[in-house]
Parts: sequence; structure tokens; C-alpha cells
Amino acid sequence: MSSVLTPTLPQPNIAQRALAVPIRLIKPKLGILMGLFLMCAALSYLSPAFLTTSNLINVLRQVSTNANLAFGMTLAILIGGIDLSVGPVLAISGTLAAGLIALSGLPVWLAVLIGLGCGTLIGFCNGFIISRTGIAPFIVTLATMQIARGMAYVYTGGNPVSCYVDSFNAIGSGYVGRVPLPVIYTAVVFLVMCFLLYRTRFGRYVYALGGNRNAAVYSGININRVQVLVYSIIGFLSAASGIVLCSRMYSGQPTIGNGFELDAIAAVVLGGTSFSGGTGTLGGTLLGVFVIGILNNGLNLLNINSFWQLVIKGVVILLAVYVDILKKRGKGAR
Amino acid sequence: MTEPILRMTGICKSFPGVLALKDVDFDLVTGEVHALLGENGAGKSTLIKVLGGIHPADAGSIVIAGEPLRIRSVHEAQRAGISIIHQELFMVPELTVAQNMFLGREPMSSRLPLVLDSRKTLGSAQALLDSIDMDLDAGARVGDLSIAQQQMVEIAKAISFDSRILVMDEPTSSLTTKETDALYVLIERLRDTMAIVYISHRMEELFRISNRVTVLRDGQTIGTRETAHTTSDELIEMMVGRKLQDLFTKTPTEPGEVVLEARNLCRGHKLQDVSFSVRKGEILGVAGIVGAGRTELMRCLCGIDGIDSGEILVRGKAAAIRQPKDAIRLGIAMVPENRKEEGLVLCGSVGFNITLEALGDFIHGCRFDAKAEANIIEDYTRQLSIRTSSPEVLVEKLSGGNQQKVVIAKWLASRPSVLILDEPTRGVDVGAKAEIYAIIDALAQQGVAIIMVSSDLPEVINMSDRVMVMFHGRKMAELSRQQLTQKMIMKYATGDSQ
Repeated sequence: MSSVLTPTLPQPNIAQRALAVPIRLIKPKLGILMGLFLMCAALSYLSPAFLTTSNLINVLRQVSTNANLAFGMTLAILIGGIDLSVGPVLAISGTLAAGLIALSGLPVWLAVLIGLGCGTLIGFCNGFIISRTGIAPFIVTLATMQIARGMAYVYTGGNPVSCYVDSFNAIGSGYVGRVPLPVIYTAVVFLVMCFLLYRTRFGRYVYALGGNRNAAVYSGININRVQVLVYSIIGFLSAASGIVLCSRMYSGQPTIGNGFELDAIAAVVLGGTSFSGGTGTLGGTLLGVFVIGILNNGLNLLNINSFWQLVIKGVVILLAVYVDILKKRGKGAR
Repeated sequence: MTEPILRMTGICKSFPGVLALKDVDFDLVTGEVHALLGENGAGKSTLIKVLGGIHPADAGSIVIAGEPLRIRSVHEAQRAGISIIHQELFMVPELTVAQNMFLGREPMSSRLPLVLDSRKTLGSAQALLDSIDMDLDAGARVGDLSIAQQQMVEIAKAISFDSRILVMDEPTSSLTTKETDALYVLIERLRDTMAIVYISHRMEELFRISNRVTVLRDGQTIGTRETAHTTSDELIEMMVGRKLQDLFTKTPTEPGEVVLEARNLCRGHKLQDVSFSVRKGEILGVAGIVGAGRTELMRCLCGIDGIDSGEILVRGKAAAIRQPKDAIRLGIAMVPENRKEEGLVLCGSVGFNITLEALGDFIHGCRFDAKAEANIIEDYTRQLSIRTSSPEVLVEKLSGGNQQKVVIAKWLASRPSVLILDEPTRGVDVGAKAEIYAIIDALAQQGVAIIMVSSDLPEVINMSDRVMVMFHGRKMAELSRQQLTQKMIMKYATGDSQ
């Protein structure tokens, strides 16, 4: 009898519930979202070229490498570590894959597999050394950073290795519709990483390890394994990004990836991940990646001298993180 | 008596430089609450860590329900049915109550591989909390809970293991009376199906809930008593290894003029309207439970934290203390609660640490008077009888008691007129305790005004001329030496002012 009337009541409830999750996700990121929005608005006004499909697709492609690295870096920083070796690992893996095809004539699939394996192995070593020796992650990865860069130079004799093999070049230059393949890869990486971090034991242990190391140990969690896995994942992602980049450039460049670790760290920090570990999200990192990517793109469109771009980027990072700290302090005082 | 569920015999455990446990025996029967009593550093926590698989024993045997076991990891302990609630809470603040409860053994989805079953985690956690009448939301973030609530979560977690043995390490150290009562009720219920090891150094607590008491001292078992057939004096004497009166040195003194006075100090909700004064040559004890605002008050006096309102007077004159430097210049020094983190440069030598506050005495511009430095070090090492083979020895190599003396020496070298001691004998063995009490007494006789924050009630009662009791950031009472009893202090310290 009342069935005619009752359905009108739960309606807002359902809407509320449907909105609850997005609100919970968006609310802590309101600051950076606003910043991103303001930046886009300003750029659309200043440069007619900004808000065009081709430019936006361009931005997506440009940020895809940094996004991959930053997702991995998020894991490292969540467990209270860091990985400085991502750039050089990217370089050695990419040049190795390109070189194996162009110089040694290996089939593309095998070369790519070896390239991925190489990056993952370096990541594994990072994790293994960090967890077994207790040397600080900063130091360990600083060392492997030099080692990997050196290996890339040794392998190529310091010169680029050209590699014009269609199936290899297609990896980074292909499209699905109007969307470049690297963007698709990054989307997949994002989803897989979200799954790992939010839906598996491994992800839970990452937060536990960074949030309270002792709690993790006392709960019987094998923290060595968690660390090894984290750094291996980063190594894999760096290698994959390196192969995609080299494929797009038709060559293995031993010099690529210089300073990539810093952009990745900047994105993670902009995204609100705490440097002391335990707090942070991949969504936040994604936003951080966009902030840096759009800033780069906008400054280029506005023809701002690349030297000044560096200065501006540094200032933006400093301000953004300071605002974040002020916000947290405000919360703590209450 | 029934066959014990747990029998530990001849347990030995050493860490580099220390023999933490020496031939310790301990047994436990289902249905009993067995108290483990001992001073700080007596080996209680180490014994528990051996049982919990955090520090495997060097020697000795552990028999659980008639079965000899080697416990080498946390997992093995859990499998054997042992759950431990550690003194420091080991929770991940960013995770929810449910996620913390099932950390390390998350329920997995039955349909998808690798995937966590969040609904089941939440459901089981909530059911568990409800089953023991805990009014807590399993989905709440642990970082948002109070300490007492976090402790409840630890208990719920321990129960969820279907344990046969439950160990609680000083569970009431940060609870109010009401919360403590709730805990006792819970323990009564758990006792039916479990054996409980209860670590505490609060006498009245042991007499209230335990069946038996085992006393440890300096890593050795001193003895086990039926609670009904012992007295608190007997237990204390077992614990400290000497007559109580011999431990404390307190010379009656005639306090002089007021040196330091605080009027209506407020800081956020941590300190509310606290006023007190301390006189020359007087020892003012400050009692209260953890979180009562005692350390916060001391930090304000030393300029580490600022005050929102109120004033501090030194020798009758209003003092502007904005940073530690101001306080030190006015002659206020503090020996902090946590010497390893706040008091010492651990990787520095004894000499380096002692002279840290007196650099001006031997470094003038570019001139470094090595002889003057050596004199200062020599002076204080002898005065406080710091046992070290040379001043070059690194502080981290010293025992807790000697480390504490180095911190005291450091501040004495700055020649303070007010010396604040926050938990001066925490983690210090009995012998060093007596020495530190003698030092405190001697300083008071020399005319230093002393403020002694302590959770150790016998210490507060036997050393203080006057005691201020705090609760929730407020001063609850000021008791003269004649009024001092443990009961009186605890009454005010737990917020019961009626």
C-alpha cells in the first residue's frame, strides 16, 4: 500500500551513497584539484592552443613516462624509502632492448623481455640490499643510479643505438583510435597499481610498513619481502617506460632519463604522499603528475624560456607542499 | 593444581653487552591471571618478547600444553596460541580498526585470487568488537582513536587469534579509572577460557585481579607468590632487593625563597590554568597518569613549547621564556623523560655530552681550553660517580643508570637554580636508582629547586617535600608530605576529586 509513497524517500539516500565514495576520495585533494583547475583556466585564457584535443592528447603522452615512474615512486615513499635509480634504470633497459635488436639481431619480443628483466633485476637488487643490509634506500639507490647509468654508457660506448624495426617502433608510436599507446599503457599501469595497493595483502603491508614498522614486524609480516617487491615493481616500471621511450625515438639513448627521478618524486610529493611514509594515494600522485605535466606544457605554449621554466617549477613545488603542510597543521591543532 | 598451559624453564637471553634474562622460570595455568612484577629493566618485557617470538631465547625450554616448542618467530608464537598486547601500542595509524586487527592474516576473497575481502574483514572485526561489548566502529581510522580505544582494539585483536595465552604488558598505564574498570571486567570474562599474564608495577592493581605474582629482578626470577598470601611490602622488597627505606635518601630541608612560580598556565587543551611554585632547596613531586599534561607543563617551563596564556616568574620577576635558550639563561634546566631521544647525543662520548651545556666555560672565541674541559668532565664524573673507563667512551655503551647520570651532569654543568627531572629513574636498575636519589637529595641541600615528574609512586612519596597531582591538563591537588599516600595520589591522578 505504501509502496507508492516510500520509493520517493530512499531516493536522496541512494544519491548520497553513490556520491559518498567520490566525495571521500576528492575531499582531501581539493587543494591540488583547485590548483590544477585554476592553472588550466589561466592557460586556456592565455593560449588558444592549450584547450585543443591535439594538445591535450599531447599532454597525456608527455606525462605518461613520469606517471609510470611516479606510481612506482609512490610505493617506495609509502614504505618510507625512495628510489633515485629510476632514470638510469630506464636508460639501460631501453638501450639494452634497442641494442639487442639492432646490434645482436634478437627477435623484438625477446629483446623487450630481456630489457624488462634487466630493469626488474636492478630493482630487485635495490630491494634486496636495502632490506638485508640496512643501508639507507637513498644511498643504495644513489649507488645503483650510478651503476645503471654507467652500464648504459658501457653497453653503447656512449653513443645512441639506432633501431629501425617496425614492430619495435610500434610499441611506443602506435595509436588506438586517437589515443597514443603509451597513454593506454599508463592507464593500465594505474589500474593494476591501484589493484595491488588497495585490494591485495601486499598493498596493505606497504601501508603498514610505512605507517608503523614495528606493528608490521609484530604482526608477522615479512617486511623484507615487501621491500624487495616494491623496488622490483619500480624497476619493472622504469624498464617498461625506457623501452617505450626508446621505441618512440627509434634509438637507444644512454643519456635519456636524466633527472626523471626528481620529476617523479615531485609528483608524488605534490600528490600529498608523506615523505615519512604510511600516507598517500596513487590518485594523488596522478594529480601531481598532471600538475607538473600541464605546467611544462603551458610554459612551453607561452614561450617561456626553458631556464625560467625550471625556476618556476621549483617555486610551484615548494609552494604547493607548504600549503599542504599548513593544511595539515591546521587539522592537527583542532 | 592443574597441568600448566605454559611452562618456561631456564630461559636465558642476552643482548650485546647485557645479560637480559638469566635462568628465568615461569609457569601459567588456564583460568588464572598471573602477574609479572618487576622494576623497569628487570626483564619483564624481554621475557614476554621471548614468549612472543620477537627475541628467540638463547637457552631454556618452553612447554605449551605439555608440548615442547621452539618459538622463533611471531608467527610460531601466534600458532601456539600466544597473543601479546605490548606496552607501546603497535598500530598503523593510517589503517582502519578492522585492517589493523587482521594485519598479517587478512581474509581473502573466496572468488578472486590475490584479492582482499574487505567486507569480511570489516564484518568479522565488528562482530568481535560487539561480542566483547566494545563500542567501536571497525571502519574507523586507528589514528583518530584515543589511546584507551586503541588498547581495546589490541585486546580485540588478541582475542581474535583464539589464543590460549594472553599477555598484557602494562595495559593500564595510560587509562583512566573508568577505562581501567572496564578492562578488569573484560579480564574477568576472558579468564574463563584463557591464561592471562599481566605485567604491571601497580600494587593495588595486582591485588585486585591476579591469582599469583612472579617477581623478576635484574633478569632473574626472585620468586612466585599466591596473591592471597602475600603483602605489598613483601613484593616490593622482592622487587627492589632491599628494604624500601634503604632505597631513598631524603634529608629534611628548610625550603628557602620561591625561585620559580607559574601562574595560570594554559596551552591548548593540554594545559588548563595550572599554577604552582617551587622554593629553593625544595623537591616538588609532580604525579599523574600518562597524558595528564605533566611533560607538557615541563616543556612550557623550558621554552620548548609556548604557552597560550599565563605567566612564569623567576625569582619574583616575570620571565619571557620563548625558547630553551631563555630558560637556560634563567637557570632552568630539564632532564627529559626520554634520555635517548631528548637528553643525549648517543654517538657522542661521555665527555662530549657532559660539556654540551658548558661550552662557554672553556671555549672563548678561538681559544679552546682543553684543560678546563677535562676538569669539568672529571668533576662531574666523580661527583655523580658515573662509571666509565674514560670520558672518551661513547654514551650509548653505558648502562641506563649511568646514561641518566650523564644527562644530569650535563645540566648541572650549566649550574641551574631550578632542575626539572622528568621520570628520573625510568629504565634504571635498582642500584643506580638509589644513587640518583642521593644525587637529587644532595642537590636540594645545595639549594637547587627541584621539580620531579614521576609515575613511580614510592619515588614521589619518599622523595618529595610537596606533591602536585595533575589530571587532563589540570592541577587536581597539592599534597604536603604528611598527606602523601599512594591511595591519595591515585585518587586525584585518576580525576576523582570528590
